[in-house]
Amino acid sequence: MSMTQTSTLDRTGTPLVELRNISIAFGGVKAVDHVTIDLFPGEVVGLLGHNGAGKSTLIKCLSGAYQMDSGEIFINGEKAEIRNPRDARDCNIETIYQTLALADNLDAASNLFLGREITGPGGFVDDDRMEAETRKIMGRLNPNFRKFKDPVKALSGGQRQSVAIARAVYFNARILIMDEPTAALGPHETQMVAELIEELKAQGLGIFLIEHDIHNVMRLCDRASVMKNGQLVGTVNVDEVTDEDILGMIILGKKPEA
Amino acid sequence: MTQTNSAPRQDGASPRPGVFGRFLRATEIDTRLLGMIGALALIWIGFHLYGALFKGFGAFLTPRNLWNLSVQTASIGIMATGMVLVIITRHIDLSVGSILGVCAVVMGVVQVHVLPGLIGFGSPLIWIIAAIIGMATGALIGAFHGAIIAFGKVPAFIVTLGGLLVWRGAAYLITRGETISPLDETFKLLGGGPYGAIGEMGSWIVGILFCIGIVWLLWQGRQRRRSYEFPLRPLWAEGVLGMIGCGVVIGAVLVVNAYPWPKGIVRQYAKANNLEIPDGGLFISHGFAIPVLILVGVGIAMTILLNRTRFGRYVLAIGGNPDAAELAGINTKMMTVKIFALMGFLTGLSAVVASARLGSATNSLGTLDELYVIAAAVIGGTSLAGGVGTIYGAILGAFVMQSLQTGMVLIGFDSAVQQIVVGSVLVLAVFIDTIYRRNIK
Ligand SMILES: Nc1ncnc2c1ncn2[C@@H]1O[C@H](COP(=O)(O)OP(=O)(O)O)[C@@H](O)[C@H]1O
Ligand SMILES: [Mg+2]
Repeated sequence: MSMTQTSTLDRTGTPLVELRNISIAFGGVKAVDHVTIDLFPGEVVGLLGHNGAGKSTLIKCLSGAYQMDSGEIFINGEKAEIRNPRDARDCNIETIYQTLALADNLDAASNLFLGREITGPGGFVDDDRMEAETRKIMGRLNPNFRKFKDPVKALSGGQRQSVAIARAVYFNARILIMDEPTAALGPHETQMVAELIEELKAQGLGIFLIEHDIHNVMRLCDRASVMKNGQLVGTVNVDEVTDEDILGMIILGKKPEA
Repeated sequence: MTQTNSAPRQDGASPRPGVFGRFLRATEIDTRLLGMIGALALIWIGFHLYGALFKGFGAFLTPRNLWNLSVQTASIGIMATGMVLVIITRHIDLSVGSILGVCAVVMGVVQVHVLPGLIGFGSPLIWIIAAIIGMATGALIGAFHGAIIAFGKVPAFIVTLGGLLVWRGAAYLITRGETISPLDETFKLLGGGPYGAIGEMGSWIVGILFCIGIVWLLWQGRQRRRSYEFPLRPLWAEGVLGMIGCGVVIGAVLVVNAYPWPKGIVRQYAKANNLEIPDGGLFISHGFAIPVLILVGVGIAMTILLNRTRFGRYVLAIGGNPDAAELAGINTKMMTVKIFALMGFLTGLSAVVASARLGSATNSLGTLDELYVIAAAVIGGTSLAGGVGTIYGAILGAFVMQSLQTGMVLIGFDSAVQQIVVGSVLVLAVFIDTIYRRNIK
């Protein structure tokens, strides 16, 4: 194990994303309760916690899927108003949702370009060009992908996942949110996603990664933020702690004694 | 000692598809379309034979009946194309028949009581102003329904069930139950009839333009697939598709041209134009009726809208997964308003055709149309679960429904029996659809 991959990340500048005091409740349930985290360019921040801890809800505030009840979001140091998914896209935020958020009846290309279709003369959607672009990016992400004409309903879990990933990667995001991107994948595909994350990180993207596998977290993330019952337990530098420390945070809800 | 194997297979696992299977795969014709054409053929031949055997005359497969069938299909068909979008997005519109009634009486009042006083009786602008007002009325009512559904979060089923009563009542209040007539002469042409058809020459021109269009589309599609190096259909399959398409068009031209004007109209026309009627009588073809051309135009426009524009793509996406559509940045609420407004607009257009055909406007016009329209869309392959549907399917579905209706009238079923049949067919269509979808999974 190479624990020497010390992050040479420079965290003195302005963060790419700052979520400050985010709170959101559904009915009486405080799904996210005054959570503050940040993310720097070229950094992968892992979000951990049990099911129902509030991880997905928190990132949905950033992706525009939910509107937070209180709190502030800063992008590159400037306050951002993210009221809907379009606002988030305008801030170069792309999201791979846990549910993948694909329209099952449409093919891969239509899903990849949904909401941002390529149009040709007369404003008509250019399906052929979108398919060609999709073939290009899939050739890079998942070379075995063949089902370009089928509705994504006919695809395997891994293939669907790669469509969702392709959509997030295609549009040159600066901020990437990945909610359990490897959940439906086998070991080989998981490895491909891991390599993709490292490549994107090297390109300077900031990535929020929700991930259950502690080994993937240790390998891919620079920092890890742990949530429990909607609250932030704490954020640690991954190379300063052990697997057990993080598992302890998840289970006990307490930061390890330094 | 020896195993008797059946015929050897070269390709191992999967059996070779039969000639027919390979034909379908190469031409990319789907089985659903074949099913619909089969149903239509069955209905047509069935009614014709029934007439021939039990009434001594098969009246169904005659140019006259087929021409009338095409005209009667227009009104339902126009609305069915809009219903496809409504049902794809997991909604329903039960109010189209009543909205049709309101639009018809509004247009009737406008052209009989209002416009003659403003711009003069018989003004050439009356028909178009009335039609625009009718379509705008439909669009406004539709948008209103859509807004209640999208922003008020009342299910479409309830909003339009209420609308079914509200707008029928409104139509009555406008007319006080009286028939509004006579409608403007130019306006009436939009409903068909001998003068509301484009004649032999016009029909040939339209037919030939269509054939050119079909060939051009096939060729264009092939060029594009080639330029992106996508897989191509075999050349023979393109040829077969082109031949089927052009064959249907030319067949339709031959049929509508084989239906002559009635003698009385010919006499009237000859007199007005100082023509000598020869001994054998004068054979003047109807040709395509104007409402049929309107239906074809609407069909083409709606197909382009659904398959080639962002709007259409969003309709399909909302139907497939409303949450995903929202997360992709689509304003699903405004889409709902627009879809219902479009449905209302098309209903207004249908009202033009229906009232023009009748020559008058009554508050009961369009009663029970919602049933036919929904049945047409469903028979045409629009799934009530959302996300799936085609415009051509809905138009074919409208043909099926209207064929049933016309056939039953021809062989003399009374209206009670007709209602029972139409209602049952609607349920049966949905039932067959469910089975079909379960099996292709
Ligand atoms: N749309 C919603 N409506 C009601 N409750 C919700 C909604 N979304 C999330 N919750 C609740 O918020 C809490 C956090 O859920 P979630 O963010 O999905 O957890 P995680 O992603 O960490 O597993 C859970 O109690 C969940 O039931
Ligand atoms: Mg989650």
